[in-house]
Amino acid sequence: MHPAFSVIFLTTLIGAGQGLYLAMVTGQLYAVARFLPRQEEQFYAIGSLVALVLLVAGLAASFFHLGRPERAWRAAAKWKTSWLSREVIVLPLVMALVFAYGIAHLLDWTQPLFRVGQSLDVDVTLLLGLLGTVASFALYVCTAMVYAGVKFLEEWHTPLTVTNFIFFGAASGFMLAAAYSAYVGNPLVTFYGTWAAILTLVALGSRLAHLLRNARIKHKSTVQTAIGVRHTALTQRAQGATGGSFNTREFFHGGDSRLLVLIRYGFLILVFPVPILLIGAAYVTESSTLPILAFVIQFVGLMLERWSFFAEARHPQNLYYQSVA
Amino acid sequence: MQDPVSHSDSTIGRVEVKETTCYMCACRCGIRVHLRDGEVRYIDGNPKHPLNKGVICAKGSSGIMKQYSPGRITKPLRRKPGAERGESAFEVISWDEAFGMLEERLAKLRAEDPKKFALFTGRDQMQALTGLFAKQYGTPNYAAHGGFCSVNMAAGLIYTMGGSFWEFGGPDLERSKLFVMIGTAEDHHSNPLKIAISEFKRRGGRFVSINPVRTGYSAIADEWVPIKPGTDGALLLAIVHEIISKGLFDREFLVQYTNSAELVVDDPERENHGLFYRAEMHVEEGCFDPQNKLWWDRDINGPISTHTPGADPRLMGSYVLPDGTPVKPSFQLLKERVEQYTPEWAAPITGIPAETIRRLAHEMGVTARDQKIELPIKWTDCWDNEHESVTGNPVSFHAMRGLAAHSNGFHTIRTLGILMTLLGTIDRPGGFRHKAPFPRPIPPCPKPPHGPEAVQPNTPLDGMPLGWPAKPDDLFVDADGEAVRLDKAFSWEYPLSVHGLMHNVITNAWRGDPYPIDTLFLFMANMAWNSTMNTVEVRKMLVDKNPNGDYKIPFLVVCDTFASETVAFADLVLPDTSYLERHDALSMLDRPISEFDGPVDAVRIPVLPPKGDCKPFQDVLVELGSRLKLPAFTKEDGSRKYRDYPDFVVNYETSPGSGIGFLAGWRGQSGDKVLKGEPNPRQWEMYAQNGCVFHYELPRNYQYMRNWNKGYLHWARAHGMIRYAEPINLHLYSEVLQKFRLAAQGKWPGRIPPERLRERVETFFDPLPFYYDPLESQLIDTRRYPLNALTQRPMAMYHSWDSQNAWLRQIHSHNYLFMSPRVGLENGFGDGDWVWVESPHGKVRCMCRFSEAVEPGTVWTWNAIGKASGAWGLSADADESRKGFLLNHVIAEELPPSASGDHLSNSDPVTGQAAWFDVRVRVYKAEDGETKMTSPQFKAMPRLPGQEKKRGKWQSYVAGVFGKK
Amino acid sequence: MTQLALVIDLNVCVGCHACVTSCKEWNTSGWAGPMVDQNPYGASPNGTFFNRVQTFEVGTFPDTETVHFPKSCLHCEEPPCVPVCPTGASYKRADNGVVLVDYDKCIGCKYCSWACPYGARELDAEQKVMKKCTLCIDRITDAKLSERDRKPACVLACPTSARLFGDVHDPDSEVSVAIRERGGYQLMPEWGTKPANHYLPRQKTRIHIDPDELTRVDNPLRKEDLTSYTGEETLDDVAW
Repeated sequence: MHPAFSVIFLTTLIGAGQGLYLAMVTGQLYAVARFLPRQEEQFYAIGSLVALVLLVAGLAASFFHLGRPERAWRAAAKWKTSWLSREVIVLPLVMALVFAYGIAHLLDWTQPLFRVGQSLDVDVTLLLGLLGTVASFALYVCTAMVYAGVKFLEEWHTPLTVTNFIFFGAASGFMLAAAYSAYVGNPLVTFYGTWAAILTLVALGSRLAHLLRNARIKHKSTVQTAIGVRHTALTQRAQGATGGSFNTREFFHGGDSRLLVLIRYGFLILVFPVPILLIGAAYVTESSTLPILAFVIQFVGLMLERWSFFAEARHPQNLYYQSVA
Repeated sequence: MQDPVSHSDSTIGRVEVKETTCYMCACRCGIRVHLRDGEVRYIDGNPKHPLNKGVICAKGSSGIMKQYSPGRITKPLRRKPGAERGESAFEVISWDEAFGMLEERLAKLRAEDPKKFALFTGRDQMQALTGLFAKQYGTPNYAAHGGFCSVNMAAGLIYTMGGSFWEFGGPDLERSKLFVMIGTAEDHHSNPLKIAISEFKRRGGRFVSINPVRTGYSAIADEWVPIKPGTDGALLLAIVHEIISKGLFDREFLVQYTNSAELVVDDPERENHGLFYRAEMHVEEGCFDPQNKLWWDRDINGPISTHTPGADPRLMGSYVLPDGTPVKPSFQLLKERVEQYTPEWAAPITGIPAETIRRLAHEMGVTARDQKIELPIKWTDCWDNEHESVTGNPVSFHAMRGLAAHSNGFHTIRTLGILMTLLGTIDRPGGFRHKAPFPRPIPPCPKPPHGPEAVQPNTPLDGMPLGWPAKPDDLFVDADGEAVRLDKAFSWEYPLSVHGLMHNVITNAWRGDPYPIDTLFLFMANMAWNSTMNTVEVRKMLVDKNPNGDYKIPFLVVCDTFASETVAFADLVLPDTSYLERHDALSMLDRPISEFDGPVDAVRIPVLPPKGDCKPFQDVLVELGSRLKLPAFTKEDGSRKYRDYPDFVVNYETSPGSGIGFLAGWRGQSGDKVLKGEPNPRQWEMYAQNGCVFHYELPRNYQYMRNWNKGYLHWARAHGMIRYAEPINLHLYSEVLQKFRLAAQGKWPGRIPPERLRERVETFFDPLPFYYDPLESQLIDTRRYPLNALTQRPMAMYHSWDSQNAWLRQIHSHNYLFMSPRVGLENGFGDGDWVWVESPHGKVRCMCRFSEAVEPGTVWTWNAIGKASGAWGLSADADESRKGFLLNHVIAEELPPSASGDHLSNSDPVTGQAAWFDVRVRVYKAEDGETKMTSPQFKAMPRLPGQEKKRGKWQSYVAGVFGKK
Repeated sequence: MTQLALVIDLNVCVGCHACVTSCKEWNTSGWAGPMVDQNPYGASPNGTFFNRVQTFEVGTFPDTETVHFPKSCLHCEEPPCVPVCPTGASYKRADNGVVLVDYDKCIGCKYCSWACPYGARELDAEQKVMKKCTLCIDRITDAKLSERDRKPACVLACPTSARLFGDVHDPDSEVSVAIRERGGYQLMPEWGTKPANHYLPRQKTRIHIDPDELTRVDNPLRKEDLTSYTGEETLDDVAW
């Protein structure tokens, strides 16, 4: 598939946005459970705002993917059948909840509404946080299922696509939370950093499993089934147009195989070992910049990962577009 | 969006449907042009048209993009004063100025020496008018493109059976059982052939394709027989060998309808050696084969007049006539000739296993013999034998340029004619069928002029510019036996060059051999590009100057619809119309669109007004003819005879009162006569009312065996199609060729060839077919150039015409050199690599594409996809010029020097057919550092004044409206 | 329920591209138009087409088959492109099974093209909406056209009649008969998309000649038995 930058930005930005938001909620939950010191409301508010900015930026990027962005509202119509439609519905919902969560913190709506058990005071922020968490996970699933749901793209059509999206998003979000904590100088760097490292390692496992699976994939369609002729020696000579077409632009990454390998190694290095090493180094050196660097590098790596994700998917229609003559 | 079901196209805008005839290629199907508010919305096939029956091809369906192409020329242009030729620097002039220039120049030439004016047309379906103009002007230097197209096919078969393929005749696939197609990619008769092949296959017919490449029609053949280019003659001779040695020929047919049993003088010492023994009797002089020959009767064991009732002649043996003359039936001579041509002999030459050759011969022979067709149609032959039925042998053939475009093509094609004859398939159901006005005598009657005296100032040419020599005395040569025509047609170099040699016109004019000319007028002929051989050098010749600074070809007029490469070299450019803007007559005098069942001709009637100042070329000729006061265009009082071309078409008669004109339908004052009759002032209207086509269906008993069908021949004579109602027996043995050979041997009482050409004429004017390596291969090092290179015409492009077409060019915007992967393996390059393809004459850089569907000794590409930068309304960086290439650059127009001459055309020595496919090449990888662009490149041709501005990045067409809907 | 479809006969398709351009010329000015071209007279010209003819080579020399393969929307009975459309612009007509795109609802997200394994959908690069074969819906349902003309433009154009058009649910239709009797098949059956369009495979006609057929009593060579006695000595003269 052709890796479109609009979609690369969309999925990485909202993934990180949701992750950051989840990090904020997690931080609050830990505080509620008294595992961590509760931060000032502003911390959660600004964190949510940053998450919202990422979500809005992702949404904005997605408009560049549309031929007719002015009609984007129509995309909510077919939620019963279309994961894309579901994503289009859930994304604004997540944004609204993130916004509300941030506002609630900003406005200090922390008066307990009721108490659960002996000591768990439930306030508006917590309720919004929980709702937002559910919505964020739903959004991860929707976003991932846009890709995992296309059965023709066999490289994508696996639960690993969903786990990848969740763990990559969460890892980058927690990494951002660590960077954010380092930037504001609060003591949560280690907490977020460690979670980020754990999530990154889980994501690595998921992605490696995905790569391994895809390396062994045996595509259902062959040029034999594509044209219905049984013969081992069967090649296309002409695709009917010499100047290209939508089919040659949308479904091919356009690079050569060396570029594909380079980018794969690139993201494997940038997403996994480098950020973990940097965050580890940050613990030792107590640096406030290393966590930020770790996030930036991981995010760049994630964009490469997403490029690779698209480029490695081989669409069966490509069987009809093998040769120009 | 509106629900499509409640939408009706007919309610949008003002809808009109006009019928006319397509000219996206030479097939000429009937079309319906649907207009919305006066702009073309849709062009589809006319369901009532006999040719295409409603279907239409890719080209016809893209007529809209031809009509609205920005490549169109819209104004008469003159080369800017001071600008060099070839720079494409022009200024707009008026038609009055253009006509003034032409009138002045041409009148002067006509008064001094008419042959200084040469008119050559790429288009050969307007020859009735262009040929008439040339003859009236008095110049012998006229031809259409047949010489570089496929004259071998026309001459080889017409000199054998009085008809040929395409417009002249074709395979009767409706009743055939076995169809063998040789050397054919796409065809003139494109849609009808596609219709016929598909129906043939559906009926279970067996289709064999013999071709070095498997594309198009060959793709759906039941069997593909890959053959080495230029060796078809060897294959056909081996098949003939097998047919004769197994006795699979139709003896009865050969005896009655061919010269097989006729006795040939067989004594090399005699002056008439190799001629038919002719009984002393009075025969009327005419261009037909007199019936004063002899058979050897098996019962009386002696000579007897041919076609004597009850006679049963021998086909074989050697006899001595009572007067002591040794004779043999011509069949015996053929049998002796092909004895050497065994399948085992042909196998290494053709690359086809001997077993396959033998099997093909058996399939042909057994199918022809055992699956006889008998139709309950009574007919009478020329010898007054009544036949209760028409019978046929259901084996048919079709062949084209793959056979023709070789220097051994004439004999190859004669062999094919002989094979079809041996199988008894001529003008019989299931075999080959003629199309009116064929069959014609062997050879047809018109003759070229006989000598330089035929060309006189201010006088029409004495003879036809093109004709059919029957004997050495029909040649158009001077007292020394040298050419009178600029292209040397009808000279001893190419005696039967019945379509001329357009491919040598520029080189000969540039060299001044046989003489320099003044004005070269090219109509719709891309002689600076794909219609010429040796393109790079020919382009230089066009701009070459004498020491005094004058161009070697002083004045070049180009009439075309599009800004072709040749336009850049013009001194005067005349903008022609599109086919939707003109009147045309697809005339019985030229190449009509007749069907097997009878004559068909057709017209074009404008559906749109001409764009800009475009003027139909025919109107230009009528205007020029009138201004020059050529007799056919002038009344006795010297005033102009015809208002314009439509007026000419209706009122012109070939001679006063002949009743024969350009159109055969609706003749006579009231339009009730066919083929022959007085001019009908309402003829155009009547064509318009009838789908622009006239179809006369012959009675069924006139539809077959027409070479010998008394009823048909008399009908044809009565309707002015032929001069004599005499039988047209097939020339298994060609006495015509033998006459030229005798002249070369010094045994002919008339003209003899110049010394240097004697051996050549003697060799190639063999009355029986023989096989020889293509001439170029005999003169170059074929080990250095081991590959054959050729082109095929893609079905979605017609020659060079359609690169200006936004839809068609998307299918073929550039081309690759196709070759077997083995070629790449042996020369160290891979699929898609840039390679050089080099011949002894030049080299081209291009991209290669591996293919399993090509004979490994052959490389090929689609024809004429490559274009010069900036031509045809394309941007300077268009794929056609950057990635596309023209194979013509590596093909020479002349042979390397030999004993027969230093400047002989690279052509068939009999017919002058351009030997495009003789070229030998080698292929090697381009260096890594080389530009990824085809070579050679030429300076971009700028946009012409009057040509539309380049369209933008986007083009959306909605019924004449460009832009957003 | 009616399911209109094309049945494409690979046994007679010569790859002439008539279906390609006849489609373009009808549809660019029709209900489904315009079909925009990009760089129409420049480098790499390309544009929207509903139908393409491709060429494949089967086998190795000399046993090579060249297969011309026309490809357009197959109007699947289970069209995977329809449910994924977020706006409902892609739909399958209930009355005749034709899969269509409503350009006014299309947002140009290209998702439907990802969900088509056949590459049958093309985003118009200038109009930015998804376009595809409509089976000439504005011809086949236009009652103002004659019965003969109420067919897709490609079907009417095809010189070899390699394109049959009709209702594949009607067992007696020309298309159903062709599929049944000629071994019509669907593309990529592995996906369960149930394409309505079918393809008819190549068929070979062969002639078998028995050696006996080469020698016949009426072989014309027998009539040319040319031995005759001219007085020379023979065995019959000298042997006893």
